Amino acid sequence: MARDSSDNDATPAADTGTAGRGNVTVDVRRKPANWTGLWFVLPFLAFYLLFLVWPAVVGLGYSFTDRSLAGGPVSFVGLDNWREALTDPALHESLWNTLVFTALSVPVMVLLALGLALITDHARRLGWFLRLSFFAPFVLPVVVMALIWEWMYNPSLGLFNSILGQMGLEGSQWLFSEDTAMLSVVIATAWWQVGFNYLLYLAAMQSIPKDLYEAASIDGAGAWQRVGRITLPMLRRTTVLITVLQLIGSLRVFEQIYLMTGGGPNFATRTIIQYIYDSGFVGLRIGLASSMAYVFMVLIVVASIAQFHFFARRED
Amino acid sequence: MATTAPSSAPAARAGRAGPSRRRRPPVGALALYTVAFLAALAWLLPLAWAFATSIKPEGETTEMPPTWFTSNPTFEAYLDVLGRGDIIQWTVNSLVTTALVTVLTLIVCVLAAYGFSRFDFRGRPWLFALIIGGILIPPQTLIVPQFILMTQLGLVDTYWGIALPQVVTPVFVFILKRFFDAIPRDYEDAAKMDGAGPLRVLWSVVLPLSRPILAAVGIFTFIGAWNNFLWPFLVTTAPEMMTLPVGMGTVMGGYGIQYAQVMASAVLGALPLLIVFLLFQRHIVTGVAGAGIKG
Repeated sequence: MARDSSDNDATPAADTGTAGRGNVTVDVRRKPANWTGLWFVLPFLAFYLLFLVWPAVVGLGYSFTDRSLAGGPVSFVGLDNWREALTDPALHESLWNTLVFTALSVPVMVLLALGLALITDHARRLGWFLRLSFFAPFVLPVVVMALIWEWMYNPSLGLFNSILGQMGLEGSQWLFSEDTAMLSVVIATAWWQVGFNYLLYLAAMQSIPKDLYEAASIDGAGAWQRVGRITLPMLRRTTVLITVLQLIGSLRVFEQIYLMTGGGPNFATRTIIQYIYDSGFVGLRIGLASSMAYVFMVLIVVASIAQFHFFARRED
Repeated sequence: MATTAPSSAPAARAGRAGPSRRRRPPVGALALYTVAFLAALAWLLPLAWAFATSIKPEGETTEMPPTWFTSNPTFEAYLDVLGRGDIIQWTVNSLVTTALVTVLTLIVCVLAAYGFSRFDFRGRPWLFALIIGGILIPPQTLIVPQFILMTQLGLVDTYWGIALPQVVTPVFVFILKRFFDAIPRDYEDAAKMDGAGPLRVLWSVVLPLSRPILAAVGIFTFIGAWNNFLWPFLVTTAPEMMTLPVGMGTVMGGYGIQYAQVMASAVLGALPLLIVFLLFQRHIVTGVAGAGIKG
């Protein structure tokens, strides 16, 4: 197909020259043999096929073998890996941890973003300072965020326990206890990532027509009423978008947890992505890791499509 | 903020004088600004604490209760960290790979988005569907086969190995295509009348009209690539090839309990992007806004 298009390079210009009918796409549509568009798509397509589609296909193949990262002979094992993955209690636990993180982080990240955006939208004179403060953590590398929060969470020397101590309260073990580790990770993640949702909310708020508020004021609506009756209803689409993006993002959590707790204590914070990593790169079992990756990929895709349908229907 | 509630009376009074938002009762405004200011301070606190720790003498970092303002501020921790040299090498690696990812992503995504937006060709609908479907696939699930591919291509521990797989970001094709779709075609038609080829039209007509979205995509690609951890972590084994986040995450562990040094390195690791953010704040804010409203 590359050959085909070489003699077509000049056609769009020629099309408009001869036709002069205005809309180019109409002209092109009538000539099914035009490959110019494909030339434009080709570079991205090459990357896409090589680094996404091909690994996805090959990974599916690996999942039916006992391939090891250490090398050695590879043989076909049928559905053994899939059976092992689906019945593995550790996989169930890591899936559960991922769901717990998602269930805790999504409401926090959506509501916190909404609250901070509402504050910013009203405290206009601090606008620049507030945007800077709330969004700045978003640009930090995950390692930097992890180092800072590990230091603040440090049970014996950290800032948090020292503040609690000064208030006469007992400190927490934070990342070092099975009970509090996940919550601690969620708090740190909210601080780090909420800025993106916050900016989405802020932009949506600032695009609400001013005369709506003015009309409401004239009718005697107070500040709270204006927020409740105008701002929040006008933000519904944005809330749906943010919730969907946040759900998908939270399900993929790995890096900050891996860096802060390593999945511990006692695997209480190991997420599914880390388990895939552990099986493939630590346990060296490529086949098993690939089947787990597919189990997770299917879950993500199903969750995304389900959400899309759910929200698409509610939009109407 | 709670005290902004009983503002209906003044608002009603303001009815005759136009917009009432400027006539908020002072007590409500005061409460609002206090809450806003405290929230912002709370958000900056972790960064401030990291900096406060980093300028302490090492011995002072483990004192309880900790102090915010050391009486002996010192940049010793920074000199120690920089003196090892590796953090400079990692910064260079991050710069090179991030630049590669950003430039390549912009080029291939712009071309693809323009192709899908302006041309019809055989297979276009299902090609577009195939690429958009890729948005759903979490890249982390492909780490194992991607890593094996990289070993087969001999790209482990190379800049290309770090950069190339990160270029595949279907969501940017989608965002750019939507932006291009909204640009009226009249401008392009005029250029085509003058005999400009499709690439020339894209370069000299469409791209200048697309600066805000290009800036947004560029900046977000840059932030994403600079901060990416998992893939560079997998594909680099030699410390001298590691990116800044990977180097800090793996080698720093060896610094153990020298908290001033750990925090100094955290501050150094945070600086490059904080500076980029301060310089491009407006583009980032409008970029998120644009992507959000259209998406």
